Amino acid sequence: MSGLQLEESAGFDRHTIDYIQRAAASGLYEIRGLGAKRRVPNFDDLLFLAASLSRYPLEGYRERCVTKTLLGTRFASKPIELAVPITIAGMSFGALSARVKDALGRAATELGTSTTTGDGGMTTEERASSKMLVYQCLPSRYGFNPDDVRRADAIEIVIGQGAKPGGGGMLLGQKVNPRVARMRTLPEGVDQRSASRHPDWTGPDDLVIKIKELREITDWEKPIYVKVGATRVFNDVKLAVHAGADVVVVDGMQGGTAATQTVFIEHVGIPTLAALRQAVDALDDLNMRGTVQLVISGGIRSGADVAKALAMGADAVAIGQGVLVALGCNSDTYVADGKHISALDGYTALGTSPGFCHHCHTGKCPVGVTTQDSQLELRLDPAVGAKRLKNYLKTVNMELTTIARACGKQDVHHLEKEDLVALTVEAAAMAGVPLAGTSWIPGQGPTP
Amino acid sequence: MANLKPVPSAREFDLSRDSLRQLNLYLHKEAVGEGISQIRVQNPDGAHSIACGLDAELDVHIHGHVGYYVAGMNKHATVTVHGNAGPGAAENMMSGRVHVKGFASTAAGASAHGGLLVIDGDASLRCGISLKGADIVVGGSVGSFSAFMAQAGRMVICGDAEDALGDSLYEAVIYVRGTVRSLGADARFEPMTDVDRAAVKGLLAAAGRSENPDDFKRVASAKSLYHWHADANQEY
Repeated sequence: MSGLQLEESAGFDRHTIDYIQRAAASGLYEIRGLGAKRRVPNFDDLLFLAASLSRYPLEGYRERCVTKTLLGTRFASKPIELAVPITIAGMSFGALSARVKDALGRAATELGTSTTTGDGGMTTEERASSKMLVYQCLPSRYGFNPDDVRRADAIEIVIGQGAKPGGGGMLLGQKVNPRVARMRTLPEGVDQRSASRHPDWTGPDDLVIKIKELREITDWEKPIYVKVGATRVFNDVKLAVHAGADVVVVDGMQGGTAATQTVFIEHVGIPTLAALRQAVDALDDLNMRGTVQLVISGGIRSGADVAKALAMGADAVAIGQGVLVALGCNSDTYVADGKHISALDGYTALGTSPGFCHHCHTGKCPVGVTTQDSQLELRLDPAVGAKRLKNYLKTVNMELTTIARACGKQDVHHLEKEDLVALTVEAAAMAGVPLAGTSWIPGQGPTP
Repeated sequence: MANLKPVPSAREFDLSRDSLRQLNLYLHKEAVGEGISQIRVQNPDGAHSIACGLDAELDVHIHGHVGYYVAGMNKHATVTVHGNAGPGAAENMMSGRVHVKGFASTAAGASAHGGLLVIDGDASLRCGISLKGADIVVGGSVGSFSAFMAQAGRMVICGDAEDALGDSLYEAVIYVRGTVRSLGADARFEPMTDVDRAAVKGLLAAAGRSENPDDFKRVASAKSLYHWHADANQEY
């Protein structure tokens, strides 16, 4: 025998060795941005059964396919009417710059959908540019105030986030610039550790009363959403409905974050696919489908993902990371004065490369998306960002209607579970749809 | 002249007869238009969310005990509870004054940004949690985890404090007259200065109290958790 012996351990692979050695050197866990990187069953594991002889398709390029979406019809006197079932997920001013929030608002308004604030309050730029703005009420209550409650179009009570259910937000000091600090009532430059529990209520019985307080404050006009990170989804959705939510938002484990512990991102929560099925089961169990709307988020990327989510029973989706990528996240260039400028030096300085970057927590985003640095944030022109984002969301919506028409649906909300099959046993079990080529739904139907 | 009717200056709601919705809608939209600034509320019977979301210089007197979130998100108004208050009294208050003549339950003044909350009796757990700039004066004692993660503002406790007072404080300052069972993470006693004594004196006067400012101790953040470091792992 001669030559190198290069047998890598499955248990102690290079990634694990790197993790242990990093922990040994620093004594601190790793913090990073974006969502889970591990492979979990997801919407790619589902396929559509389009129309053929037993179903009649719509003309793909001609016949109208409705995408209008109503959210908050249960109790609010002024529900949200969206032109498309694709919304922009909550992301904070602090995690993102004010210019990025402006870009999100512009694109959403042009497309007829909503944006959502985050753990940092509502900026004037965001309110001005976003025609429909969902205002989050988070455990930290940073910047939360009655004027913005009244200026909002809906209120979203955040119980948890898919990237870190059970954990609070985090914003490292380098992103807590004077404006962010002022909005959050924090010292400038402090490492901000948000609470994970709301300060003035502690359980589902209290939540009933909290929601009623917000309804009283807003004179029962605005929809109240409740957002949960995906863990015990079946029970949580039922409790949210019992508490009086108009809309329940479920965020699966692939959902992104600006900063949290890697161990949280990769090991806590359940995949969006499984979470969605459990949420729909909960609404069905309460006979509340159509009364309480369901928004699903966590790794939604394409029109196919949206179509599959709607077919499984969601009323709308919320997209976060896909939106950031559309703005230029992980691109090797940024646009200035109409020219593409290389951002590679920035990635190198962070010790990463385009396509691999998850360094939102550092505030040194090479393309000016997740930063509060006064120079770096200029790398994202709100007009350019808005145009790119609008193009992306428009593409997603066109893909959605393409699939819906092929399935013979005049309304994207008519997509149904019966239109879906799964590629893997795992996905079939989680989504509750048959394994392709069989009538077998693991745990439900007869064996193949 | 004979046809002129006297203009009423006060309005009374009886919650055994009127609905909470009628009361709050009146406080939000009609009282100012009618030139009414004095509102009396009778028979609250522990109802929740009384006088929440006010945004005008109204003077609301509630005669009886109230439930959760009395005067929640208050702005400008003066709300007096002639009785006890349930959880979250004056939560997220921005300005104005809320006075609970009796005792207050958990999370009184939670996340309040401004204004003055006065509690004549004791306050339960988590009084002043997440405080963001308001002032709180408690005539009695406070429960555990009071001023938890309080970011800004001042809290005067004329009685005692239970466990973990001021856990994870930011810039808020606590003045306590009695005993403190334990301090929370990163909270510490600091010497009282003339500025502190003047602050306590002013807050006590605003609350209509007469304790001696010299009897109070100052609790503030040691600021050891403001930035990440490996030796504080249990605090993260």
